[in-house]
Order: sequence, then structure tokens, then C-alpha cells
Amino acid sequence: MSVLTEDREQEGAGARMRPAWEEPPSPVGLAAKGAVLAAACLAILFPLWIVVVTSLSSAETIREAGGLVMVPDGITFEAYRELLSGGQVTRATAVSVCVTVVGTVFSMTVSVLCAYGLSRPGSFGHRPMLMTLLATMFFGAGLIPTYLLVQALGLIDSYASLILPSAVSVFNILVLRGFFMNTAPELIDSARIDGAGEFRILWKIVMPLSRPVLAVISLFYAVGYWSAWFNASIYLNDQSKMPLQVVLNQIVLKGERPTGMSQVINTGQIHTLSVQMAVMVLALVPVAVLSPFVQKHFKKGMLIGAVKG
Amino acid sequence: MSHSTAPGEAPAGGDGPTGMTPAPHIAPVAPADSPTADGTPPDGGPPRGRRTGRKGAKASAPPGGITWRHRLRRDRALVLMTLPALLLVLVFAYVPLLGNAVAFKEFDPYIGESFFESFELSPWIGAENFQRMWEDSYFWAAVENTLLIFLIQLVFFFPVPILLALLINSIISPRVRAWAQGVLYLPHFFSWVLVITVFQQILGGAGLIAQTMREQGWGDGFDLMTDPGFFKFLITLQAIWKDAGWGIIVFLAALAAVNPDLYEAAAVDGAGRWRRMWHVTLPALRPVIALLLVLRVGDALTVGFEQILLQRPAVGTGAAEVLDTYVWNVGLENGDFGYAAAVGIVKGVFGLLLVLAANKTAHLLGEQGVYKK
Repeated sequence: MSVLTEDREQEGAGARMRPAWEEPPSPVGLAAKGAVLAAACLAILFPLWIVVVTSLSSAETIREAGGLVMVPDGITFEAYRELLSGGQVTRATAVSVCVTVVGTVFSMTVSVLCAYGLSRPGSFGHRPMLMTLLATMFFGAGLIPTYLLVQALGLIDSYASLILPSAVSVFNILVLRGFFMNTAPELIDSARIDGAGEFRILWKIVMPLSRPVLAVISLFYAVGYWSAWFNASIYLNDQSKMPLQVVLNQIVLKGERPTGMSQVINTGQIHTLSVQMAVMVLALVPVAVLSPFVQKHFKKGMLIGAVKG
Repeated sequence: MSHSTAPGEAPAGGDGPTGMTPAPHIAPVAPADSPTADGTPPDGGPPRGRRTGRKGAKASAPPGGITWRHRLRRDRALVLMTLPALLLVLVFAYVPLLGNAVAFKEFDPYIGESFFESFELSPWIGAENFQRMWEDSYFWAAVENTLLIFLIQLVFFFPVPILLALLINSIISPRVRAWAQGVLYLPHFFSWVLVITVFQQILGGAGLIAQTMREQGWGDGFDLMTDPGFFKFLITLQAIWKDAGWGIIVFLAALAAVNPDLYEAAAVDGAGRWRRMWHVTLPALRPVIALLLVLRVGDALTVGFEQILLQRPAVGTGAAEVLDTYVWNVGLENGDFGYAAAVGIVKGVFGLLLVLAANKTAHLLGEQGVYKK
């Protein structure tokens, strides 16, 4: 299959290279396939388009359209300027960015170390340690005991409660471990003979060779932290500490006014709708920008996860 | 899933010498090719690999003085590396298991200064919480909703990624493929809050459809987001929108692994497009489908917790209360921690039984399942 794909790639996009034995495509079949695919992509992109366009529309345009705007009529960044010039949403965005960055670095450090520590065959105690991790994929402790634990540890209303309980994903560790196990053993052996310690081998040899999987797993962790809503909703009481997803829920689903800017909305200079849509875009942009860069590695990461994980 | 890759591995017991070479890092790939003093099991058979040699290894003396103490000293850096993650897992996955003991108490978290004091002061009540569950009609309503949602999603959601993967796989132009995949993967990375707010803009009372209907004078009051009757299909639709695209990755990988010669041979034998799909493509997908089905059935009692919790206020508990949200509501909202923990335990135990049963069924049908027997 991959050989065929490469041939096709040389032919250029759109060029058809069918094996001789395959029937020529029927025009009806082609049209049907194209229609289904276009419909699927449109079902994803069209709602996002409306959200983005409405967030960039002036109050007038929104009133003319009677609500959501499909066709842009002039672009204004008023809603964003207002949201990001201090106040609730600015703070929530900052909290989310910080939690995501700190959490991802922490999770990656812990996971990469663990995955490498378990990736050398026959090392001391790796089997019971691995089984300890694996077993957690079959049971969950349950919401109530976990909440009581976080409470007993004194983490309520702390940012640590947004990071520590979800810091380690066993699945991610297994994917990393699968990748590390495939690193050429000769390289590692020769480094060891040259006197390199395990940390140096990991840092200088294994990690540079594992960039694709590191990118994928970092994205998974980052998206996890960025998108998390539930932990913040139960572990945080202090409104000023809420991350963006909680605020997004308050402003768009519950229809509350963002604090610190309601006057501008009340006077009608900025439409509530464009403010709501702008908060949605703030939650959307980081993942929409980052994930395509890592896209080509997804399959690799998932594949190894499926085979070895 | 790695359970399936280590045939014959002992589930535990890594602290006994397991018949390894003195320097296992140097020759880790082919232990069977480097026989050592203990490479030969007592039964006199040929030198075994490290993984299969555990039977004999425990009996024989450690060769060259490789005791567990030596191995610990040699591997201390590796062990040190695993410790932080292991500690986090122990604290946040294993310790809470003990906390489930509150299910057998009339637990009041505010009776004492700390958790332990409260735990001390709360009276034991035996299985009273479980008995209460048996008679609790809200609990059974939650069970019913959970199973209904699971079934609806199994029928309407599960096949979508397979069909999409077949579609994407039949596209020849690499550029169209890459773009389509990029678009289809995207919603997987959105948070549930975002997905639901996006749906609200289309299907909600102030959404695009309602707006258009009002403008055209086709009637008022279109709002699928707060319709209890439609709710189970609504969340299925949302799940498809968010994750069906992501689900195709696994199937695409399985399809890419099919030997093209099989298709050619089938075509030479006169099989048309559909027969090739039936006799070559689908058999190639069968193990993956079985695996995902096992995973899905094993997870049947978990149906979109965050997704449902977020929309629960809009549609009411009659349609939207599932087991997870019931635990949340009883425990964290009403403060009845003991009873909520009991419901959580029942859910966990039945969930585990479902995994084992689904896996057993897969084995009986000749598929591999999640782990080997």
C-alpha cells in the first residue's frame, strides 16, 4: 500500500495511478464519495466558520443578520480587545495557558523518565512496576474517593489540583515506552561502553531519535490540560482561579455576563453574541493551530500504542 | 493492550533472578543466542530465552553473583526514573481505592478536622448503602439511561469510523487524503465545553436553524439542545462529530497493512470491487473491530461523563442522569459521600466484569481481545 502511495505521490496530486487489475472508477461512485467526504468536512468546518465570523462582526452586522453571521461584513477585533484587556476572560486565559505549559512540561518529564526506565529489557523490577501501571487501565478508583483524596491532601482551590490528579496517563507512557524500545540497541550499547549514564543516554540519544512521538504525546497532554473542565469545576471554588473552559461554560452555556466588561455590552457597542463567540475562538485557536503540525505523526504514535501499548 | 504482547510473562516476580545474561543491556535482543551459566534450565533442555526461562531460573543459583541486590545497584538510575510516575499512580489511582471504604460508613466529611478524623468519627453501617441502592428508583433510572445511551452509541457511532476509513482509504490523491484527515481529526482536540457550545450555535434555541426558521416564518421554538426526548441522540451526534474522525486512524493503519497482492489475486480470480471488500478488506479489519468492540463493551457503563454533566441542567435529570452523573450529584452536590461511593463501587465492579466477559467472548470467537488468556 505504501509503495503505491509513493508512486502516486510522484505522479502529483490528483493524478490517478491505478493498478492494472483495478476497474476504472464509475462516475457515480466518484461523485458519491466526493459528496460524502465534502459533507463530513463541511459538517465540521461550517459551524466553526460561523463562530469565527460572528466573533469578528460588529454589533450592527449581528443585528442585521438577526443573530449568527454567515457572511462577513467587515472585520472588527473589538470583542477580543475587550476580552483581553483585563477582567475575567483575560485572567482565565492566563490561568489556562500557565496550567497547560506547566502541566505539559511536568507530565512529559515524569512520563518520559518512566517510559525510558521501563524500556530497557531485563532491568531490575521493571515487570512489577509495569504491571502496577497497567492494572490501572482496568479500574478507576471512582469519583468520590478521588475527590476525598484531593481534599485530604489540601489541594482544594490550588492549581496543583488541576495538574497532579491527571498528570500521568498510562497509555501515553506505554506509547513512549514502545517507541523507546525500538531505538537501535547498538547506539545505546556503544554510548554505555563510552561511559554515558542512563540520563545522558536518554537525553542525548533516545530523545533526539524520538522527536515525532514526543511531539504527539506532548500534544495529547497539552490538549488534555487545555480542555479540562471537570477537575476545575469540582476542585476550585475561587472564581478568580477558574481556567478558560469553566469561564467558557459560564459565559456561553449558562449565558452569564463576563465580569469586568458588562457596561460595554449593555450600551450595545459590542454584541453579547460576538463576545460569546470570541471566548469560544479563544478556546479553539491553540488546538486548531497546533494539531495540524503534529498530524503526520499521529498514525505512528497511535500505531505503536496499539501494537505495543 | 500490551498485555497481548508478552506471552508467557510472569505477571509479577521480577525480583527473582530470571535467567538473564550478566550484562542484559549489552545483548538484550537475543538472549537465547548467548547462553550463560543459568541459561540452561534444570531439565536439560536447550538454553531458553530470558522470558521463557523463569521456570528453571528460580531453582538455579544466580550466576556470577548476579543477585537482586547487584541488579538493583546496576539499574538504580532506571528505577529512579520510574519512581515519580509510579508514585503519582500509586497516590492518585491506588490510594483512592482504599477511600472506597467510606461506602460502608455514614460518612460526613465535616464532622472532624481532617479526613482521617471524619473517617474515625463516622459510624460503620455495613452494607446499608448498597441495600438502599437496590430500592432507589433514581439509581435504576440512571442505570437505564446509561445502558440506553451505550446501545444507541454502539449502533450509530461505532460503525461510522469504519465507513469513514474505508472511504478515506479509497481516495487515491494523497493531497485530498491529507486535507480530509486534517479536518476530520480536528474536533477530537476540542474540549467538551467547546463542542457543546458549537452545537448550541447550530441546534440551540438561538442557533442557526432556529434563527433561519424564525426568519422564514416556519415556526418558533426549535431547540434540540433542551429536548429531553432527543437528548440521547444529541449526545451521540456530538460524539460522532467530535471523535468519529479520530477513530479512523486505527482502521487506516490496519488497511495500510493489507498486502496489495491479496487484492490483485482476488481481482485476477474475478472478484469485483465489493467482493474484494468483503473477502479481503473486512477480514483484515476484523481483529481491530473485535478489539475496539471489546474495549467499548468493557466501558459500557461510562458514557460521556463530562459531556452529559455539562448539558444536564438544560435537559433535566430524567433524560440525562447516567451512573457517573448520579455519583457526582449524590456525592458532591448533596454531600452523601458514603452512598455515592457505594454507587461508584458497584459501577466499578460491574465495569470490570464487563471487560472480562467481553474479552472472554472475544477469545471464544477466536479473536485476540485486549489481553491473552
